[in-house]
Amino acid sequence: MTNPVISSPHVHGPANVSNVMLRVVYALLPAVAGCIWLFGWGVLVNLLVAIATALASEAAILALRQRPIIDTLRDGSAVVTALLLAIALPPLAPWWLVAVGTLFAIVFAKQLYGGLGFNPFNPAMAGYVLLLVSFPQEMTSWAAPEGLRSADLGLVQVLLHSLTGALPTDIQMDALTSATVLDTMKVQLGMAHTVSEIRGGPIFGLFGAKGWEVINGLILLGGLWLLWRRVITWHVPVAVLGSLGLIAALFHLINPELYASPLFHLASGGAMLGAFFIATDPVSGATSARGQLVFGIGMGILIFVIRSWGGFPDGVAFAVLLMNMAAPTIDYYTQPRVYGHDRG
Amino acid sequence: MTKPTSTTTAAARKLWQFHGGLHLPDHKSLSCEQPIQPAVLPKRLVLPLQQHIGAPAKPIVEVGERVRKGQTIAQPDGFVSAALHAPTSGTVVAIEERAVPHPSGLTAPCIVLESDGEDRWVELQPHGNWTTLDASELRNLIREAGIVGLGGAGFPSFIKLNPGARTEIDTLILNAAECEPYITCDDRLMRERADEVIAGARIMRHALHARRVVIGIEDNKPEAHAALRDALARVDRSDIELVQVPTRYPTGGEKQLIKVLTGKEVPSQGLPIDINIVCHNVATAAAVHRAVEHGEPLISRIVTVTGRGVATPRNLEVLIGTPVDDLLRQCGGTTPTLSRLVLGGPLMGITLPHSGLPITKTGNCILALAPGEFGQHGPVRNCIRCGECARACPANLLPQQLYWHARAKDFDKVQDYNLFDCIECGCCAYVCPANLPLVQYYRYAKTAIWAQARDKKKAELARERHDFRTERQEREKAERAAKLAKKKAALEESPAADSEEAKKAAIKAAMERAKAKREAAGVEPKNTDNLTADQQRQIDEAEARRATEKKNESANERE
Repeated sequence: MTNPVISSPHVHGPANVSNVMLRVVYALLPAVAGCIWLFGWGVLVNLLVAIATALASEAAILALRQRPIIDTLRDGSAVVTALLLAIALPPLAPWWLVAVGTLFAIVFAKQLYGGLGFNPFNPAMAGYVLLLVSFPQEMTSWAAPEGLRSADLGLVQVLLHSLTGALPTDIQMDALTSATVLDTMKVQLGMAHTVSEIRGGPIFGLFGAKGWEVINGLILLGGLWLLWRRVITWHVPVAVLGSLGLIAALFHLINPELYASPLFHLASGGAMLGAFFIATDPVSGATSARGQLVFGIGMGILIFVIRSWGGFPDGVAFAVLLMNMAAPTIDYYTQPRVYGHDRG
Repeated sequence: MTKPTSTTTAAARKLWQFHGGLHLPDHKSLSCEQPIQPAVLPKRLVLPLQQHIGAPAKPIVEVGERVRKGQTIAQPDGFVSAALHAPTSGTVVAIEERAVPHPSGLTAPCIVLESDGEDRWVELQPHGNWTTLDASELRNLIREAGIVGLGGAGFPSFIKLNPGARTEIDTLILNAAECEPYITCDDRLMRERADEVIAGARIMRHALHARRVVIGIEDNKPEAHAALRDALARVDRSDIELVQVPTRYPTGGEKQLIKVLTGKEVPSQGLPIDINIVCHNVATAAAVHRAVEHGEPLISRIVTVTGRGVATPRNLEVLIGTPVDDLLRQCGGTTPTLSRLVLGGPLMGITLPHSGLPITKTGNCILALAPGEFGQHGPVRNCIRCGECARACPANLLPQQLYWHARAKDFDKVQDYNLFDCIECGCCAYVCPANLPLVQYYRYAKTAIWAQARDKKKAELARERHDFRTERQEREKAERAAKLAKKKAALEESPAADSEEAKKAAIKAAMERAKAKREAAGVEPKNTDNLTADQQRQIDEAEARRATEKKNESANERE
């Protein structure tokens, strides 16, 4: 017989990129379901628009780059990007907002760098930040959670609103939306209210925002499942949440009327999503265990700094992108000691 | 990590852990339950002259010569080399280039032996009482027996038994880990010939003057462990310690086993002897025992023939030079689904281009893989920097960085990331979710760097040669110039005085000689004879004028 000469190893383990991406999708499903329950059909519409845009734009640019289309789409990374971006966008956003963000994420933040594996920034967060700085009004108009809104929209009405911006005649936009807790906290603190006064408002829950706490709990659940399935390691989430919690606790202890509690910080906004799903993006993050700790700690500190003293209510996306820039340097300085080499 | 293990002293022994590594499905039960069977005597044996690390052996037989089993047919050529012996009696039918099992797929010089079927030994010289021999005599016996490391590397064993006068060996480690999936030849050897392994260990210890011996065996081989324990009890050796280590690939890697057993690390680019440790494979120990106590050279080895691509997997005692075909046939032939033939294990073995190649001293396993045995093989994708490879790497390297720089052919960078500490165990490629052939990239980079180094050396030599030539030419020119200048100076410095006087004296002497001659012959004197002082002065002046003119002339010529 003749035998093709192939370099060892001749066997391969069960891991492949598509499986990794699929598991991230699975881990996000509880949070997606929670969002739909809490914020209505808008979340689903956003998701569909984002996924359709992601797949279409990736296919188009792959065709331009003369790369295999179906095979590459199968890696699942475009769907993950779409999911992460969609879940971070306002549930009643117009369709073009979702589409522009996704298009930018896939085409500019990912494919123009060479596709999956070559992007220096997390594509979903790049898309998010583009929208945040370009369309601040649309991006800060959040749907009110279940129980806080005075009107409900059906799936068709939401679809119509997404496509045309039209609402049923008897429903005003104000009845459907409310400010987010981080926004409220920032604005009210600026008006010299104390934390305890602000937290008395109706949108606040036990730790953070009413309803949002549940979503963050579901994200935590998905994140823990990823840990259990070894898709991610503990280093990044622990470093992000630990450093954010610690620095928030420190300031809260110094002046509890000016700085919200660490639990508020952990249970509000994108901290949980960022810690488990965004900062753990291997492509744009740090690689080594020590590097991931540095990356996570840096991110936690930046989130707190931007939330407390920055111009935006939440800082997760900015923190991720800033740390993405530092990742290669972090990796360079956190190389492990190779077998047989001297320590230090 | 501390784990209580059953040792000869029954005391808990501290073990260490190396970074990374994998728990792999071991597939050892395919072949480990059948006893070792002698392979059928082949008709024709092909013996490559190089089956070891170092210089190829030099043939000392001629085509047509009849040889006996165990007769030396090729001698070591230089220090790092190994002898080769006839595995059976027969006739040398060719000494020529043949295909050999090597990743390059190239041919190499081989001695081809046709067996006469009688399997007649040469007269052997056993040394039953080896304790009376000193270390160098033992090493010589082992060298003459052509013993090389049977674990896979094939380094001449006598060299590793020669620590040099100044190095004291603390620990002799016998590697019984056999960590790669499928392979069971050491397992069977230990189960069936534990006494030989222990006897070999004692000889090696004697040759090395090692303080202690530690046998490291993975805990997935309880029968082999029990057999060794019983063998140790029979000889009552408390200086030989038997240690079970956790099963984890690649514990059988020399560096990894040393770390697990001693907590020490072999320095990068160094050898175990740098930390007073020597490591030998158990099969090598058994071969040393046979060479010394029975006088038998290394002419056979145990080979695992396994995989789902062969009908009845088992271990065979195979004469070196036996074609792989014969072994497969003895194991019931290959199955129709056979899709890849590998020499060695599934993680580090090389593909055999065809089954006509011979078994060499380092050939521990013939692995016939069927389609279901390769694991998941999806499309090759881009690296997503997930870091699984770095978590699996037993050398604690950053395989993803090595891949990146190897791919970019940035050979300086790839060495900054310690490419040459890679042992090519394959863990990184096994876990890579992007299915990247990582080890292939590292092999490519290493080969390219070696080639560059060779070219650089060549260029340096050429430059040195050129520099030397230029220097020589300049030196010769300078020497010539100096010689000339000296001559000139001598000419200028020797004004009238010296030379004139000498000339005068010479003329005078000549005239006197002539006068004497004439007088003797009675000839008439000429007008130049018997000159007055005035006449003589005029002549001298004329002579001097002529001399200066001549000097000026020659000076003009030079200009």
